[in-house]
Amino acid sequence: MVMMTGAKALVETLKKQKVNAIFGIPGGAMIVVYDVLYESDIHHILMRHEQCAAHAADGYARASGRVGVCMATSGPGATNLVTGIANAYMDSSPVVAFTGQVPTSLIGRDAFQEVDIIGITTPITKCNFQVRKAAEIPKIVKAAFYIASSGRPGPVLVDLPKDVQMETAEVDFDCGVEIPGYKPNYEPHPLQVKKAVDLLVEAERPLILAGGGVVISGASKELVALAELLMAPVSTTLMGKGCIPETHPLALGLIGMHGTITSNQLIHETDVLLAVGVRFSDRTTGKIEEFCPDAKIIHIDVDPAEIGKNIEVEVPLVADAKLALKEIYGLLLRRFKRKERTAWMNRVHELKRQFEEKVESETGVKPPKLMKVIRKILPEDAIITTEVGQNQMWAALYLKVYKPRTFISSGGLGTMGFGFPAAIGAKVACPNVPVVDIAGDGSFIMTEQDLAASVAGEIPVIVIVLNNSMLGMVAQWQRLFFGGRYSAVNLGGIPDFVKLAEAYGAQGIRAESLNEFIEALKSALKSDVTTVIDVPISPEENVFPMVPAGKSLKEIIWK
Amino acid sequence: MENNNNYIISAIVEHKPGVLHGVSNMFRRRGFNIESISVGPTERMDLARMTITIRGDKRTVEQLVKQLNKLVYVLKVNILDPANTVARELALIKVNTPDQNARLDVISYAEIFKGHIVDVSHKSLIVEITGDPDKINAFINLMKPFGIEELARTGITALPRGLKQLK
Repeated sequence: MVMMTGAKALVETLKKQKVNAIFGIPGGAMIVVYDVLYESDIHHILMRHEQCAAHAADGYARASGRVGVCMATSGPGATNLVTGIANAYMDSSPVVAFTGQVPTSLIGRDAFQEVDIIGITTPITKCNFQVRKAAEIPKIVKAAFYIASSGRPGPVLVDLPKDVQMETAEVDFDCGVEIPGYKPNYEPHPLQVKKAVDLLVEAERPLILAGGGVVISGASKELVALAELLMAPVSTTLMGKGCIPETHPLALGLIGMHGTITSNQLIHETDVLLAVGVRFSDRTTGKIEEFCPDAKIIHIDVDPAEIGKNIEVEVPLVADAKLALKEIYGLLLRRFKRKERTAWMNRVHELKRQFEEKVESETGVKPPKLMKVIRKILPEDAIITTEVGQNQMWAALYLKVYKPRTFISSGGLGTMGFGFPAAIGAKVACPNVPVVDIAGDGSFIMTEQDLAASVAGEIPVIVIVLNNSMLGMVAQWQRLFFGGRYSAVNLGGIPDFVKLAEAYGAQGIRAESLNEFIEALKSALKSDVTTVIDVPISPEENVFPMVPAGKSLKEIIWK
Repeated sequence: MENNNNYIISAIVEHKPGVLHGVSNMFRRRGFNIESISVGPTERMDLARMTITIRGDKRTVEQLVKQLNKLVYVLKVNILDPANTVARELALIKVNTPDQNARLDVISYAEIFKGHIVDVSHKSLIVEITGDPDKINAFINLMKPFGIEELARTGITALPRGLKQLK
């Protein structure tokens, strides 16, 4: 037990949690904590908007697998975090957010910069806490980190009234954490494992659907081993991208609204679907009544509430993906006789070839081609983030990634403006690899002010703006489904992204041809300052293939 | 909708601020239409019991239980089996009694239902009645011809019969 202020206790606890980076912005109700940070060796990255602080913490968490930390003052500081927290919640990313709060004596009196951030964030956090006594800080902060990072990860918010930050109290850093209502289950039930194996042994055309849970659980090796043993092709959701190297012969790429024709076709032909760490979102399944109509489904997820939420399954398996896949593999190895899967494998390869040929047949500087060029230039371990919209879907479809945690994208919430601050966070987590944000002009402009954070904070990232002067995905929908009535999507080529980058002290390059682009990206990789590459593309471009919202995955549009 | 049934769900939760908000907010956000919810302390100071009644199909109710369990401050959730459950509700009913006849009638009905007269004025009575919801509904129907001025019901609170289940 030692005497210290709440603020000091907070920073000490963060050190004990091995926090080495905080993304944040100070303010009146957080000034006491910032005073302690002044003499701390924790790296504080001063962001220029709290939304970016939350996204950066999220990007940090996804790139590293560790808890990302963001910090903001009360009132508008706290509400600005909200989009970032909701984004982390939807994609199960471990983020701990600290907010300042008005002194406890003023809570409920509509004090200056008071907002009920606990009420606001209740539905978008795993859990939130308002600290009422300085002595509680180590216990609550430890609980916050434990809850954020265990089970199905997610954001936790800790609200710190100013008087609690200032209060001097006896604090105990060795306190245990006891959360009686929270006991995540990781161990697969042997009976359910057996049932899963029973189905897989008999399967003629097995298919694996892998999601973000595989990445979070670090189960890539187990997944690939099982796929190879079973000779089961692997489709991935957006969040699962990277959990199998996309150059692997069994990798089918993305499934869903912008899935590859391979994934979306084969899901209709499989007889046993092994779904791992997915939540069967509408963007993944299309019309759910027609999703894998002929398959029995095995669903592995660490969150029991995901099972049966969107789809009924034959074999539910509540467990950590890695442990479950290991168990299934072990049992299968004993029972499975390698089958002749010539017909199924031929079908897989035939569809993959058709898809590749269709992509290759396109001429000119098309975004799919651009993605391939980017991939060729970047090293294998480079981290790709994306914004949301056409840029994201082109990257998801055509930019092959090799490793988990090297593709970071806003999946559930679909937050435009996520990719750039997430890239900053990822770069802080992994300073030795290049981090590239695949952006659109509409998305980038939503958080471009944090070019200041990346330049001043010496966190060099690369932003590739696919610039069609449009809110491209909305325009695509208007073109395809609303008779070309382009309502409120024309961004008019403003701003000039090269000049914008330069105004912030970053490097700005315009690339009007494929060769110019290659040179620009190579120069960006050598640069020790953030680079924005502005790549004009046609506003007429569509992302194909596409399945219209609410339709079966069979109803693919391509031209 | 034909498979809809009434379910009573009993949840043990941490007894602290924000828990009721969190639970009711989850119901709203996930679109669970609950019929009633009652909350009160338990044999342990730090825990509260929530009794929730919901009309729905089995899948909806199972999903509700899973979502409740997912909340960090919810310790234990059970769907109570109606055959093995004591479920009670309390109602306060203010009934118009403009004359002596009406007053005597209401008092005698209340006696039959083992109710109590808890307030008397010149023109009205308040009856307190406890029981399962069917009994209370039956009594309310009997009172309607007199004219019900005001009505308050607590919603169901319930415990499983026999040995302790919720540990």
